[in-house]
Amino acid sequence: MTINPDLQGRSYPAAEVYDVGREKIREFARAVKATHPAHFDVDAAKGLGHADLVAPPTFAIIIAQRADAQLIEDPEAGIDFSRVVHADQRFTHHRPIFAGDRLVAELHVDGVRAMGGGAMITTRSEIFALGSGDSREPVTTTTSSILVRGEGQ
Amino acid sequence: MSLSIHELSPGQDIGSRTVEVTRTDLVKYAGASGDFNPIHWNEAFATGVELPGVIAHGMFTMGSAVQLVTDWAGDPAAVVDFQTRFTKPVLVTDTTGTEEPGATIEVSGLIGKLDAEANTARIDLTVVAAGQKVLMKAQAVVKLS
Repeated sequence: MTINPDLQGRSYPAAEVYDVGREKIREFARAVKATHPAHFDVDAAKGLGHADLVAPPTFAIIIAQRADAQLIEDPEAGIDFSRVVHADQRFTHHRPIFAGDRLVAELHVDGVRAMGGGAMITTRSEIFALGSGDSREPVTTTTSSILVRGEGQ
Repeated sequence: MSLSIHELSPGQDIGSRTVEVTRTDLVKYAGASGDFNPIHWNEAFATGVELPGVIAHGMFTMGSAVQLVTDWAGDPAAVVDFQTRFTKPVLVTDTTGTEEPGATIEVSGLIGKLDAEANTARIDLTVVAAGQKVLMKAQAVVKLS
């Protein structure tokens, strides 16, 4: 299994819209054992000056991994999902994610390097909130490296 | 709680948190996140791809560790940047049907750096399971009031 080195520099445009729902924020918050009231209680979130429930700091992984799936499932990429290990992850929030946001992600493949029999692939998702008309607002930049393990690794 | 940079200093302890993890938690995280890689819920599959057993999603560990920072900051929206490297897998044993956790993750944090210009504090997290650091360079940047 060989990773296609030509992946570097490739981009995948924003595809489907992700609608951030209150129950999804609550479900994700419970799943990471987060307890802050701003994830659960609209009044608590408003009390902190927010328009609606605030997503946990790693919530954007849902949108980022959907974007990554375009690459992982791309037959040209040559990636065996069962041999993928997450190596690093970063979230830079330009603003918090709130319930009611309509988000899209642009995926960029920033790096591909061979490691042993496998490869380390670094991707970046630029996540935007759709506004009125054609406007969109930068919300979060995520960067992620995955190690695709070679045989015996 | 509002935090002022003038009352903080590098090296200051922000506390600790223990996160108990079961296989059920991993299934819940898979559903909530959409990451259904079977290495996080199927023993035979995990060992078949040369892992020691079912392991937690790195993003479960990262996501549960940040609660310590959110509580300290008083507002999850104050966490403006959060990064980590995943260095060791968290092996979660099957304790289904018992009260026992399949793994225990210990999280502690201290102030790594203050940036007066940006009015932020960088929190450095130490995250340990089974006596090993499972995250490295786990750093969250908090916007101060």
